[in-house]
Amino acid sequence: MAAPKKGRSAGAQSKPWRSLVLILIAIVALTGGMFASGNTTPRLGIDLAGGTSITLRAVPERGQESAINKANMDTAVSIMERRVNGLGVSEAEVQTQGNDNIIVNIPKGTNSQQAREQVGTTAKLYFRPVLATDISGVAATPSPGTSASASPSSSPSGKAGDDNGTSGGEKATSTGSATPSATGSPQGRAVTDGLKADATPSAGSTASGSPKASASPSASATAGSDSGGDVPAALQAQYATLDCTKKDVRATAGKGVKPSEPTVACGQNSQGQWQKYILGPAAVDGTDVKKAQAVFNTQTAAGWTVTMEFTSKGAKKFADITGKLAQNTTPQNQFAIVLDGNVVSDPYVSQALTGGNAEITGRFSQEEAQSLANMLSYGALPLTFREDSVTTVTAALGSDQLRAGLIAGAIGLALVVVYLLVFYKGLSVIAIPSLLVSAILTYTIMSLLGPAIGFALNLPAVCGAIVAIGITADSFIVFFERIRDGIREGRSLRPAVERAWPRARRTILVSDFVSFLAAAVLFVVTVGKVQGFAFTLGLTTLLDVVVVFLFTKPLMTILARRKFFAQGHKWSGLDPKSLGAKPPLRRTRRPSGPAAGPVETKEA
Amino acid sequence: MSKLGTLSAKLHRGEVGYDFVKNRKIWYGISVLITITAVVGLVVRGLNMGIEFQGGAVFTTPKHMTTTVSQAETYAEDASGHDAIVQKLGDGSLRIQIAGIDTDKSDQIKEALSKDLKVDPERINADLVGPSWGEQIANKAWEGLAIFMILVVIYLAIAFEWRMALAALVALIHDITITTGIYALVGFEVTPGTVIGLLTILGYSLYDTVVVFDSLKEQTKGITKQTRWTYSDVANQSINGTLMRSINTTVVALLPVAGLLFIGGGLLGAGMLNDISLSLFVGLAAGAYSSIFIATPLVADLKEREPQMKALRKRVLAKRAQAAQGTPEDPAPGRAAGPDEPEDAAPAVVGPRDQSASRGRGRGRTSGKRR
Repeated sequence: MAAPKKGRSAGAQSKPWRSLVLILIAIVALTGGMFASGNTTPRLGIDLAGGTSITLRAVPERGQESAINKANMDTAVSIMERRVNGLGVSEAEVQTQGNDNIIVNIPKGTNSQQAREQVGTTAKLYFRPVLATDISGVAATPSPGTSASASPSSSPSGKAGDDNGTSGGEKATSTGSATPSATGSPQGRAVTDGLKADATPSAGSTASGSPKASASPSASATAGSDSGGDVPAALQAQYATLDCTKKDVRATAGKGVKPSEPTVACGQNSQGQWQKYILGPAAVDGTDVKKAQAVFNTQTAAGWTVTMEFTSKGAKKFADITGKLAQNTTPQNQFAIVLDGNVVSDPYVSQALTGGNAEITGRFSQEEAQSLANMLSYGALPLTFREDSVTTVTAALGSDQLRAGLIAGAIGLALVVVYLLVFYKGLSVIAIPSLLVSAILTYTIMSLLGPAIGFALNLPAVCGAIVAIGITADSFIVFFERIRDGIREGRSLRPAVERAWPRARRTILVSDFVSFLAAAVLFVVTVGKVQGFAFTLGLTTLLDVVVVFLFTKPLMTILARRKFFAQGHKWSGLDPKSLGAKPPLRRTRRPSGPAAGPVETKEA
Repeated sequence: MSKLGTLSAKLHRGEVGYDFVKNRKIWYGISVLITITAVVGLVVRGLNMGIEFQGGAVFTTPKHMTTTVSQAETYAEDASGHDAIVQKLGDGSLRIQIAGIDTDKSDQIKEALSKDLKVDPERINADLVGPSWGEQIANKAWEGLAIFMILVVIYLAIAFEWRMALAALVALIHDITITTGIYALVGFEVTPGTVIGLLTILGYSLYDTVVVFDSLKEQTKGITKQTRWTYSDVANQSINGTLMRSINTTVVALLPVAGLLFIGGGLLGAGMLNDISLSLFVGLAAGAYSSIFIATPLVADLKEREPQMKALRKRVLAKRAQAAQGTPEDPAPGRAAGPDEPEDAAPAVVGPRDQSASRGRGRGRTSGKRR
């Protein structure tokens, strides 16, 4: 058993410097990388830096338990990110955790309450008819022209002939297939019928004939009655002063407006200009969208398009509104897709879309199409999100906790160093630098992992690192005890080291594996704070193996050649006498031999 | 020298020879007793679940509050309509716990509190927990625990053998039961931090056990080819051989945790650091105990049931009886590198024997014979 291992270890023994140089290079590279990337401290979690952390849990609708899947959660995350960052919080991060949790971390300095409201409420996606639109902020003044065009002529809507429809402000100039939007709204995108076979043609046909579905017309009736058949004056005024180029204005525009009332809103067109809108009451709800996806349309050379599929109820509503819109001129033949008060798209309609399917075309890039499809499908997510925990940490407490963690770590480290000094005396020359190397590696890697994978050091992670001091120190203890065993058996130091290593190595690997397994299982299974802890524990366990193999062992090999250790100096921690080694073997070692004799006799 | 001093010196020289395996019945008994106490404590008193497991809010005010605890309690109860528990922490800040409120109601309470306490609401720390959050954490922890146990048993069964895996599992359950039992009996509050600490014990407890097992495995290689030691003897030697390490490891692991506990309890008064370190502290102690006193004797017990080991035991006992009648021979054959053997020969004579022998020297039986 000993022979092959001895051979292996002899190889390691011959090149101790190589390993030391290797780990030195690693340290220098990591430290250099840390400074080069400018991340000289680990990114701090909310509980150490201050801020608000919200944990949301997805609750599926009854019978739709399978709705909790990666695609849906990712959609929800991207929407939430949009919403939170729309508040002007640039560093808020939203991520999924585990299967059904979403963590939203909002750093300090932002209005945490507003952020919470944003995250806590479910997204509101509506399709609203456009009453008026204009590019905002360019001329800085409201353009009277547009609002004039929006003002009503009160001519009854031709086709529907419905009394509700008359007042809606939708001009019934049934120029169905005109090609508008070229000038008025540069971002106009055409909605055409879904190219696929209509899934529910009956829905469409009934819709066009029947009286208007409740959603759109009733609301427009309200609008009409309030201000003589058009957009209320208050809204007009609001619209006139609306400057969508300002972020805070955008964030508040049209907030708190009921879907059944007209509103003002902002949106960005394909040229990146901010555009403002007066929008009619919501005609179709986000929940009426059954499915939306980005597809590359090869048949019509339209490029990337977004297809929507409506529920049967949604199809009816959509047919209604498009039927009405199609008769209008631009911009009033457009409908706006409004997410949380912001217009994300405003396609125009050229005909009633009755199939329950629709396609939005435009000069989309793949990304744009994807993101629009995401937003559309969010409304269709059969998920609601419940706040499971909200933690607000003030910056003062955060820094207190960080300081406490650091002090605790320092005390822990100091105690361990003292203990090592007392029990391993000279061997601390190896143990303490090993701990330091481990600490440096942990620190630099944590700093680099911040930007790399979004690792944030939180309090449990600090705890994990402190606990890991024990695990790291234990590896040295295993090794040292094995060496001491060898010396007790009467070996001189160098053979003792080389013989101790293979056995210690196995023990270290086996035990570190168990520790790593625990960390890995915890990381995969658990959520939140536990995960941060598990991550550090796993990382430090891995680093422990690296340090023991590349630093502690080579250093031991080198130092074993020194007289101080090889001769078992009293303070070397390897003194055969104090370790109670068997005397006869030590006869060759003059200094300790004679003295050891009596001790041994007394013992035996 | 004091008794303790002698013990530590002996430990240092690797000479301690306590027969752990022989006295295992005592330790089993003690463990069973502790476990029963723990279970009774769990059943009768139950765990003192923190606010995270009931749902509610914890508000922490800035330092150096002049408001008294009872005053703050009144404010909190007025604001929330629920019972509130207020603690004054070491740094003069107030910790206000209100159970059973919804997360959306807590904003109003925070506003009201900040008005009453005359503190800027942005300076109040709030921890709002929905009623199912703690449960979710606990459920995931159980799930993790189960997965970990299964994996570790499989791993240990492959790396060592099923008996060791079984013994390690028993030791693990033992540790967790004791730790939770202590929590129930003392009435410490259980928080997610406690759960984290408890889960860490998993790794640690096994870590310790694995080191002893590793040494045991090494020393029992080819055990059937000799007639000097029974499996229990070797197991005992393994424990004694790794005793120094076990103690050192436990101390070294406990030192940073003690630092955490000191800082967590002393400086912050309460919170995550304190919770984690407290459960770690209890669990680590239990873990060190179980790997020495429970896991290894259990393996020896299981092993001794094997026919091979039974046969070995018979042979060993027969040989010992014979030796007792005849001339006493050197009881430490492992020291093959005996008096007249040159030093450099030692590395060649490696193997399980030498180490076991050096441990064996201290054991009651052998040394008794020698004296």
